Amino acid sequence: MFARVVWLVLRKDLMVEVRSLEIAYTTLFFAVSCVLVFAFALVREGRAPEDGAAGILWISIAFSGTLALGRAFERERQSETLRALLLAPAPRPAVYVGKLLGIVALLAAGEVVLVPLVALLFQAPLFDRPVWLATILLTGTIGFSAVGTLFAAMLVRARSRDVLLPVLLYPITVPVIIAGVRATTTLLQPELEVEVLRFWLALLVCFDVVFVTLALWTFEPLMTD
Amino acid sequence: MNTGEARPAAFDVLTVEDVSRHFGRRRAVSRVTFSAPQGTIVGLLGPNGAGKSTMLSMLATLIQPSAGRILYGARDAVSHGPGLRGLIGVLGHDLFLYPELTARENLEFFGGLYALADPKAAATAALERAGLLDRGDDPVSSFSRGMRQRVALERALIHRPRLLLLDEPFTGLDDASAAGLVARLRTIADDGTMLVVATHDLDLVDGLFDRAVFLRDGRMVAEEDRPSALRATYRDVMTRPQQAGPTNRAGT
Repeated sequence: MFARVVWLVLRKDLMVEVRSLEIAYTTLFFAVSCVLVFAFALVREGRAPEDGAAGILWISIAFSGTLALGRAFERERQSETLRALLLAPAPRPAVYVGKLLGIVALLAAGEVVLVPLVALLFQAPLFDRPVWLATILLTGTIGFSAVGTLFAAMLVRARSRDVLLPVLLYPITVPVIIAGVRATTTLLQPELEVEVLRFWLALLVCFDVVFVTLALWTFEPLMTD
Repeated sequence: MNTGEARPAAFDVLTVEDVSRHFGRRRAVSRVTFSAPQGTIVGLLGPNGAGKSTMLSMLATLIQPSAGRILYGARDAVSHGPGLRGLIGVLGHDLFLYPELTARENLEFFGGLYALADPKAAATAALERAGLLDRGDDPVSSFSRGMRQRVALERALIHRPRLLLLDEPFTGLDDASAAGLVARLRTIADDGTMLVVATHDLDLVDGLFDRAVFLRDGRMVAEEDRPSALRATYRDVMTRPQQAGPTNRAGT
């Protein structure tokens, strides 16, 4: 039952997005704009600042991710479909996981464009160790989205949700973003320090486990009243 | 229709006992009591802010009463909420449909959420009942309000609920669509489903209700069985000075 509901919600979210492409276009445009602004501001005479690429990549992911989270739940609010999801006898944590995977898929699709752009504009060797990079991006994106999905669902009826979401989300996800930046920076060094990289990756996995567990635990009571 | 999984035991009466709901210091619903036996249509009538939608949210198990209790047969929502949700259908003022998806995809999605054994067959049957079999593969965003309402009603009924809750179901419908909806609601009740309808459209529902519950400022001010001349009764009840308790006009 749990896995089936997760799949139903995920498939529905992806179908809606494929039909409208609203979130994909807006978040991608925003993320690319963000990277370009940093590039214009920081790249001087064709030389990018050292170690800047990792921070710029994660800032772009966080900013565009916030936009995607807000829109994904705004869509559920417009026709009150979130209410319909909560009225179904399906396990509510499964609804949360389905929404979370949908957000992760959207952000991952955006990262496919963002990573080459950052690599190109900031001359960063991001593709030298693609498996490590994919692991860092995936664990960081899950951690960020786990908190974001919970907060976006909580705030869906709040009048000032667009302001409150980043205000609440960034302080809590700062550890994830810092760990993501440090792991990516380590990856970009000429000599890979595997132990250091493992430390930051382990930290990201820990954040994922804690945030997802807390969200699964609190989603049902938070959505009930 | 086979749901494919153990369906929770059905109930044959809805009982609302002295139910109140407060939001902070604001009293949304205060000491409301009524019951709905199997196959009856109960109207919740009252002006804006009377507490009708809050009452429906409590009946739907979305929010819990601050005091009193709601019994579905012998069970209450506090301890049996998730199991009971499979027996309740809700048609809100907003239609609970994804406009980007087709009518069939919407119905199949909700059929899946309600664990129906064959959501595709259930969706086809629902489209047939809605008279929209030929438009089933069109996105809901291309439908008129009346067509959307018909899909939304079938979405609320796709799991064959015992209790159907409707919040302002006639909003935006033309006369023909509204008359069609009234006839459909009667058929649903005749099949044994309990219906609770919150509405302002008194002329449309005249003669539809088996019981009318009149709410004002969250309080239940009157209750009448098989009300006729609903608008006159409503005007009479709403202009009368508030009493300590509700008036039962049954048999008057």
